[in-house]
Amino acid sequence: MQPFVILRILGQLLMIFSITMLPAVGVGLFYNESDSVDSLAMAFLATLITGFLLWYPFRNYQSDLRLRDGFVIVVLFWTVLGLFGSIPFFLSNALALGFVDSLFESISGLTTTGATVLTQLDHLPYSILFYRQQLQWLGGMGIIVLAVAILPMLGVGGMQLYRAETPGPVKDNKLTPRITETAKALWYIYLSLTILCALSYWLAGMTVFDAISHSFSTIAIGGFSTHDLNLQYFDSRIIEWVAIVFMLLSGANFGLHFLVWRHRSLPHYWRDDEFRMYCLILLASSIIILSVVKFHDTLSGPLFDQITTVVFQVVSIGTTTGFTSDDFSVWPTFIPVLLIMLSFIGGCAGSTGGGMKVIRMLLLFKQGLRELKRLVHPNAHFAVKLGKKPVDNRVIEAVWGFLSAYIGIFIIMLLMLLASGIDQVTAFSAVAATLNNLGPGLGEVANNYSDINAFSKYVLCLGMLLGRLEIFTLLVIFTPVFWRR
Amino acid sequence: MKIIILGAGQVGGSLALSLANESNDITLVDSDPKVLQEIQDRADLQTVVGHASHPTVLAQAGAMDANMVVALTNSDETNMVACQIAYTLFHTPTKIARVRATDYLDYDGLFVQEALPIDVLISPEYLVSKYIENLIEHPGALQVLNFADGKVKLIAIALHAKSMLIGKKVSAIFDDMKDMDTNLVAMYRHQQLLTIEQDVELEAGDELFFIAASSKAKNITTMLQGLDKPNRRVIIAGGGNIGLLLAQILEPHYRVKLIERDAGRAKSLSEILEKTIVLQGDAADENLLMEENIDSVDVFCALTNDDEANILSSMLAKRLGARKTMSLINRPSYIELVESGMIDTAISPQQVTIGALLAHIRRGDVVAVHSLRKGYAEAIEAVAHGDHRTSKVVGRKIHELKLPTSAGIGAIVRADEVIIATPELIIEPEDHVIIYLADKNKVREVERLFQVSATFI
Repeated sequence: MQPFVILRILGQLLMIFSITMLPAVGVGLFYNESDSVDSLAMAFLATLITGFLLWYPFRNYQSDLRLRDGFVIVVLFWTVLGLFGSIPFFLSNALALGFVDSLFESISGLTTTGATVLTQLDHLPYSILFYRQQLQWLGGMGIIVLAVAILPMLGVGGMQLYRAETPGPVKDNKLTPRITETAKALWYIYLSLTILCALSYWLAGMTVFDAISHSFSTIAIGGFSTHDLNLQYFDSRIIEWVAIVFMLLSGANFGLHFLVWRHRSLPHYWRDDEFRMYCLILLASSIIILSVVKFHDTLSGPLFDQITTVVFQVVSIGTTTGFTSDDFSVWPTFIPVLLIMLSFIGGCAGSTGGGMKVIRMLLLFKQGLRELKRLVHPNAHFAVKLGKKPVDNRVIEAVWGFLSAYIGIFIIMLLMLLASGIDQVTAFSAVAATLNNLGPGLGEVANNYSDINAFSKYVLCLGMLLGRLEIFTLLVIFTPVFWRR
Repeated sequence: MKIIILGAGQVGGSLALSLANESNDITLVDSDPKVLQEIQDRADLQTVVGHASHPTVLAQAGAMDANMVVALTNSDETNMVACQIAYTLFHTPTKIARVRATDYLDYDGLFVQEALPIDVLISPEYLVSKYIENLIEHPGALQVLNFADGKVKLIAIALHAKSMLIGKKVSAIFDDMKDMDTNLVAMYRHQQLLTIEQDVELEAGDELFFIAASSKAKNITTMLQGLDKPNRRVIIAGGGNIGLLLAQILEPHYRVKLIERDAGRAKSLSEILEKTIVLQGDAADENLLMEENIDSVDVFCALTNDDEANILSSMLAKRLGARKTMSLINRPSYIELVESGMIDTAISPQQVTIGALLAHIRRGDVVAVHSLRKGYAEAIEAVAHGDHRTSKVVGRKIHELKLPTSAGIGAIVRADEVIIATPELIIEPEDHVIIYLADKNKVREVERLFQVSATFI
């Protein structure tokens, strides 16, 4: 553990983060919103100065980072930025939010969850709306690097699987500079996807402001919108299909995008076991839900519109984006419950999506099959394979550990919410929606989280962080072993 | 012909013995003087002790005026280097090497004149695996051998007591097979060659040799044997190179289980193989075999490198109810011993490999040779070159050819078409002629027949 180096890096991070508040200030000036410009500018200064004060005394502490430093920095990145990111919400008079609500909104943005405590979005200042969307986008950026480069290296929950494929470092537990190279390539992909998405939205009929704002939350798999009605506001099938395509792309492994881009060959997508499984899960769920919808005659209108609505909802919840184009919480109970369950699977590893990740589910499924085969052939050796490559037992153990920790955390948080007096449907869906970084839940939290008590909001903030940091990264900080020298 | 054989292992040794009997000039090189002494006692050949790839050793073996180098040592690398040296220093015209590692074989452009000058690559493991696959594909056949890139097959069948052909005359077979593109080329009873005459009555235990187009081969085995169901379930005992290769070849079409004794090897096999079930245990463990339903297994192949273990586990499998057992057996004396009934098919890796080598040693343009009946008989695929004037076969009808009495032409492959031989068929240039030769000593006559006379340019 090297506290001074960590503080230096944290200072640098805060200074960089403060700069990201400037575009929102620009938006505020453009729309002449003096109140929110003030709050954003003050937040900018506060963050910049804090960052500088952290950085300046330790600026000469340069040394290689170790594995444990990596854990601490990753955790601090989300907690400290979450805290400082809440300042503009807290200071803004237009919002009049308390500390909990500001923190909730900020963490929900940075972890790309998309759960909100704000109401009457349509009447809020543009600069605040833009800042909110941008927060998700920045969070998504961090997640890509976290998911593709850092978690595989830390080996959290079986993610060492990706170690070999990522050009990231492996040897002697040091974070080498090659991580920057990986990060750069991934950010280019992230940025190009965002630009493409914004253009498509604009061409599909959104205003420039809405197109940019929504492209931010789509690529980040966030789910924030600038309207209370979310995407339903636009009432456009084209916009919904644009969203479906870009949610699908963002829910796939960015490492895979990188591979496809480097080899200039699309078939790479289909050769990837996880991507195939991801598409199959979403396709199968769409078909099941569509038939249930038809059976109960839930939706009206032409068939194409019904298909669009169902596919949109499946992709949005399945990838843990959390956009809505129809109030699915009032559909036959089977559907909202299935969708919430779907969010447990979530996106692919190395994407901006949340949940437990398709790859882990795939491995657990294959491991289950292996156990069945072992019962029939007690003397046989079976290998769990991805593609044609055998998967190490160590990875499968880690995935089992991850699953049990995930379930354990889920149950504890559920009980805490129930204890605070929230009804069961709301509590279940709220915990699922935050732990999976999904966003909208059912019951009281179907539209926003403003009505639940403060204690639950803190619990859910923790849930969002746990989900985003793949549980173990955060839990490991609380173990005594970690701090022992 | 002057041939240098490097490596006096099982394949090298038996090749040397087999070729020495054909009045070739053989030099055998090995680093173990004892093995060489043993072989020299049994055959008329020269031996050199030394490392096979060293230039001095090669020179001593007479590489200067050798027609051919056959590198069959245990090491792929030694074999490749020996061929390289034979080419660079001694300009040996034909170089044959055994290369086992599939990694070398996966890359094109490696075995060319500028890189590794090897004319023919031989992988005994691959040949044996393909041979076994052919047998499994044709239940009821004793031997199945490929000619003309697999377009034509030679099938050997032993009539079993329940066959519907018992008591019928040979002419009945011809009637049954009229439109099946097939030809009966030889017939044995009590290990004695019978001349094929229309009114011979068939008895149980008769061995019949057919030549047929591959597309029809399956019909023949099922028609003649009648009772044998197609094979579905296969157990392979021994996960060595042959076992692994065979499992890889078979697993898309059959349900394959592979038994390997070593835990580490079993684990790595399970990672390489896709659908095969890899079991760790002893192939002669009755409980393991019972647990894996040995009584409903169609074929049990014992492929470890231990003859005795193979024979014993096959016998056990047979007693526990396996429908058919095959066993890899290196020692020739064991083969005769077990084929009397304990094991259905004994596979001799040397016999299989030597066939592939013989094709390059035969004079005339011989494409494929298979050694049959412990080396007493041979099946040859030769190409007819030249024209009516320069060749002794081209432009002549089959019954006009001066073939030895023990030889018979089974089929001809013209371009891509398989033509079953009839006495009136005229042979054209570039035809591939498939000949069954019951007496190997007459092989020179066949070779001479297919050699183009000197006036042909």
